[in-house]
Amino acid sequence: MSAEAVPGPDGPSGAEGPERSLNSGAASPVSVVACPDGPLLIRGDFELVGADGQELPRTRRTVALCRCGASVLKPYCDGSHKLTGFRSEP
Amino acid sequence: MKQPSARGDVSALVLATIAATVESAQDGLARLGAVTRAAVAGTPDILHDDDLQLALFCLYELHYSGIDGAGDDWEWNPDLLRVRQCIEAAFEARVRDEVDLGDLPGTTSEAVCAELFRLTGDDSGPSMSRFVSKSASNDQLREFLVHKAVYQLKEADPHTFAIPRLTGRSKAALVEIQADEYGNGLPARMHSALFARTMRELGMDDTYGAYLDVTPAITLASNNLMSLFGLNRRLRGAIVGHLAAYEMTSSQPNRLYSRGFKRHGYGENATEYFDEHVEADAVHEQIAGRDMAGGLVEEDPRLLPDVLFGAAAGLAVDTLMTRHIMDAWESGGSSLRRSEAMAS
Ligand code: FES
Repeated sequence: MSAEAVPGPDGPSGAEGPERSLNSGAASPVSVVACPDGPLLIRGDFELVGADGQELPRTRRTVALCRCGASVLKPYCDGSHKLTGFRSEP
Repeated sequence: MKQPSARGDVSALVLATIAATVESAQDGLARLGAVTRAAVAGTPDILHDDDLQLALFCLYELHYSGIDGAGDDWEWNPDLLRVRQCIEAAFEARVRDEVDLGDLPGTTSEAVCAELFRLTGDDSGPSMSRFVSKSASNDQLREFLVHKAVYQLKEADPHTFAIPRLTGRSKAALVEIQADEYGNGLPARMHSALFARTMRELGMDDTYGAYLDVTPAITLASNNLMSLFGLNRRLRGAIVGHLAAYEMTSSQPNRLYSRGFKRHGYGENATEYFDEHVEADAVHEQIAGRDMAGGLVEEDPRLLPDVLFGAAAGLAVDTLMTRHIMDAWESGGSSLRRSEAMAS
């Protein structure tokens, strides 16, 4: 699917537009959900890059970023926040 | 799926019935109804009843990949559906007995999500993942895969039946999760395909149903529960709750499973299935709790008890399955029905 413009009722129509590695449908605004006691859930069309500007390995469109510090898959969440009893509210 | 071996009168009659044509099976069907009612009335515990769980599994299988030799016109045969409902009703009642919901939370998405995390975080019962990580033998790893294979070779399918029954936020969330389960358009990334590769790495047959004959009743019950929830629209809340509970109890156990396979020297081809779930389900559990389950309850608050029931029922039946497996292993035996079949 292309990320360009608004798709018709049957979905994205043409082959024009930038190639995308993940099925992203139409371009959509990025939303970040701060999950209580858990990760930041990021949806929409965004790029995740390292300090060197290179895109980080990513296999899914929506990702959960660790904000508890305990994940061994950083920057992604691996569910460790549940074991450490991380609290997002003071 | 190839025809499994019967385990008693009901499963024998079900298998014989669907192997015949609808026209020639009328006498058998009449007998099947009576035999099923008697078996359901007489079973000491339907969750551990090999004959009834296999019969139900085969009846559900007609809605999935089918059974070799069974005509497609059996799927919606009213007499056969009546037999299925007879077993289903007793099965559902037994599972409801096993579950105690306690006080219900509020009907906001956040309250539902928090309650599901609380429910799934309650760590009661034995831990198979810790055992697999630290102590399981190679044979036990293979047994573990036999139990998992019934679901994992068709991973996500029972919950997919819920998609047309949902709308809006909960539907979008379910589809988002399922798209990931089905590999986001890449067949080799489908979770079922990753699991099949793990089986092959251990020298096992990855054909769906290959080990069904050695799979015990309680493992079939765990799978039948998903089909019960998935194939009955009235239980759409329960299938949603069930999926949420599965997603919420997956990340950490899968990390430990992966470790157990690495401990035996298996490489990425065997462990990727588990490693993939650590990251995927950390995402899915948030979507499942807040948007899918929470979204569904916000849209229709009457479904709150069903959502929680589905989650609690999945956990309860799987706890019984884990107990069955761990008890067998602790006493030095096999958790399968006939261990010779695993020697191949
Ligand atoms: S937020 Fe989930 S592991 Fe850190």
